[in-house]
Amino acid sequence: MDLDQKRSRSVDRVDSVDPDSSESTRTCPFPDEVLEPVLSLIDSHKDRSSVSLVCKDWYHAERWSRRHVFIGNCYSVSLEIVAGRFPKIRSVTLKGKPRFSDFNLVPEDWGADVHPWLSVLAEAYPFLEELRLKRMAVSDESLEFLATNFTEFKALSLLSCDGFSMEGLKAIATHCRNLTELDIQENGIDDLGGDWLSCFPETLTTLQVLNFASLNSEVSFNALEKLVTRCKSLRVLKVNRNINLDQLQKLLLWAPQLTELGTGSFTQDLVTRPVADLETTFGNCKNLLTISGLWDINSVYLPIIYPACVGLSFLNLSCAALRSFELAMVLMHCKSVRRLWVLDNVGDAGLEAVGSWCPLLEELRVFPADPFDQEEVAGVTESGLISVSQGCPKLHYILYFCHQMTNAAVATVVQNCPGFTHFRLCIMNLGQPDYLTNEPMDEAFGAVVRTCPNLQRLAVSGLLTDLTFEYIGKYAKNLEILSVAFAGSSDLGLKYVLGGCPRLRKLEIRDCPFGNAALLSGLTKYESMRSLWMSACNLTMNGCRVLAKEMPRLNVEVMKDEDSEDSQAHKVYIYRTVAGPRRDAPPFVLTL
Amino acid sequence: MDQTRSTLDLFNNVDLTTELRLGLPGSDGKPENVKSSLSGNKRTSSEMGSSSCTDENESRYSPPTKEQVVGWPPVRSYRKNILQVKKTESEMGSGMYVKVSMDGAPYLRKLDLKMYQSYEELIKGLQVMFKCVIGLYSEREGYNGSQHVPTYEDKDGDWMLVGDVPWEMFISSCKRLRIMKSCEARGLGEFV
Repeated sequence: MDLDQKRSRSVDRVDSVDPDSSESTRTCPFPDEVLEPVLSLIDSHKDRSSVSLVCKDWYHAERWSRRHVFIGNCYSVSLEIVAGRFPKIRSVTLKGKPRFSDFNLVPEDWGADVHPWLSVLAEAYPFLEELRLKRMAVSDESLEFLATNFTEFKALSLLSCDGFSMEGLKAIATHCRNLTELDIQENGIDDLGGDWLSCFPETLTTLQVLNFASLNSEVSFNALEKLVTRCKSLRVLKVNRNINLDQLQKLLLWAPQLTELGTGSFTQDLVTRPVADLETTFGNCKNLLTISGLWDINSVYLPIIYPACVGLSFLNLSCAALRSFELAMVLMHCKSVRRLWVLDNVGDAGLEAVGSWCPLLEELRVFPADPFDQEEVAGVTESGLISVSQGCPKLHYILYFCHQMTNAAVATVVQNCPGFTHFRLCIMNLGQPDYLTNEPMDEAFGAVVRTCPNLQRLAVSGLLTDLTFEYIGKYAKNLEILSVAFAGSSDLGLKYVLGGCPRLRKLEIRDCPFGNAALLSGLTKYESMRSLWMSACNLTMNGCRVLAKEMPRLNVEVMKDEDSEDSQAHKVYIYRTVAGPRRDAPPFVLTL
Repeated sequence: MDQTRSTLDLFNNVDLTTELRLGLPGSDGKPENVKSSLSGNKRTSSEMGSSSCTDENESRYSPPTKEQVVGWPPVRSYRKNILQVKKTESEMGSGMYVKVSMDGAPYLRKLDLKMYQSYEELIKGLQVMFKCVIGLYSEREGYNGSQHVPTYEDKDGDWMLVGDVPWEMFISSCKRLRIMKSCEARGLGEFV
């Protein structure tokens, strides 16, 4: 459950610290023996949160039956509180740094160190089986501690984490006798180091998920092959770029049961096998739902994956520099694909192919092949997006990096696909208007929020005035996550958003002219949100102090920058918490 | 550029009299507003900031170029690295593999010279690959003192000592590598 989401309603609100303090105790007609098994079927943490608020009996039945706890902000709650409330947790999901740390906006050593959590977890939940971390700092010592203190540990997932090296992975491989899952994604580590894969003992046969695609290290292919051979339940295998096609072929012969495959470098060192052989091997993998990796793939080797494309639901080509006609060739075989990630060098022509061949498409992400391309020759434009929207009526998730866009095009796109839940548009030139009319892009996002009632996540870009935010505040009733950069004209912009958007949970803003008045207009809203990030705006220390004073249950943290003046609040991170101020804040983080 | 001029106009039109703002009492808040909102987190060149302040009457305001704004466009760094490697490869061809033999070893290896930026790195790589010690290069004495000496065949077919020419010249002329035993290599070093 997202412990951050306790709502301040005046129902039988049961305090996590004092379970006996509820005002009225309704008599619950179900005995525990009935209630607990029923509740144990509920997985969603949001549902469980609702369940726990019904009455005291349900609160207790829920807390005893909960096996997985989700903590969206590691500083919003202390593990002592969690352990006190939930005695039988087997799985923990923990998220740390603000999302803008992905783009180097959060200084090193900011925090989110998992180690203090592990020490308490070892005492509270010695039989912990699963740990999923996102944007946490994870050291080798922590990984070793994890591997050696939890005898039943089975599944480790590290998404966007850093601080560890191959030594830590060696510890996991060596000591976790029952490991079913090792999933490492999007990390920022420098992984020159030993061969951790060889540390898996010969006795380990339980592995189901192995993902080391984002690690650069050379691993022993011999060890990998033996591992794949003996782990008959392996369903997810994502290797890194150092594994070539010949080696992949051998792995697939041992593991045709895979449902998700991440290839390595999709080329051969020496042409040892004809392409037809490789094609057959891929064809034997009848359960493949996801293919990713495909580094260095070219026209010669593309046909190898065609037999596997038939049943594919997710094709991730974001590491493959395909040209438009090559993408078209692949997509002809991918009629059932629902999620597609590509690089923008497939161009508008490539996206036309998407519109033509993928009628069931629900999610499209177009990443920039060359984000700092000054000439802006390559890439996609508004017409590519329109083509996709015309051919893919079920499209509801878009992440689109482009150099130019028009208001009319966006309006057309959302008319074709009114079901958008996630609309993330990044016009890469800062402050760029509609390139045809030269007007701000306000009407584009106005069209999005008016036409798409289910919109949960929005990222805006281009030249934007306060009008964009007026639209957002007024129409985006289901909006939960909003990302804003280099936009807006005045405090009004932020005031509109804080005054509307009843479901807003996460707001991240950078380089906008929003000041203290705007910040303080959202006073009552911040407790219903997970967090607010504002950097390079017009906030001052005084403004932040006022907020901190009025709202004691928020942590108002200011990160000091050497460059900024003392009165400026250059980077501000505000979040609700029941754990009080951080005890591990580095010197440059001030909690007001 | 027009769009950036209109951005400036929008900032100028905001009524700042009731807004909290930076700056000393009595000073005009406008330039600081523009600066802090458009300047991004860190400016690598300080001219960028000043040009945006004094600029209303000048014709040229260039917005911060992508490389000067931290974290923009919002692309994860691991993605940038994948793509950069790709670009280099397409610019310079797909790797520069040369055969490497070592006296006494049963089979040859292949090495991609593009993976290294200097002789130091290459020597380290060779030492790891062949589990030998090559040691330090000196202009006067070559690799005197170590068991193994790295040599290469250049475009003219001659066998040369690794390390004599600048790195860039080396990788463009090296066709294959051979790690000789130092007793056999003495001939090469003496001619230097």
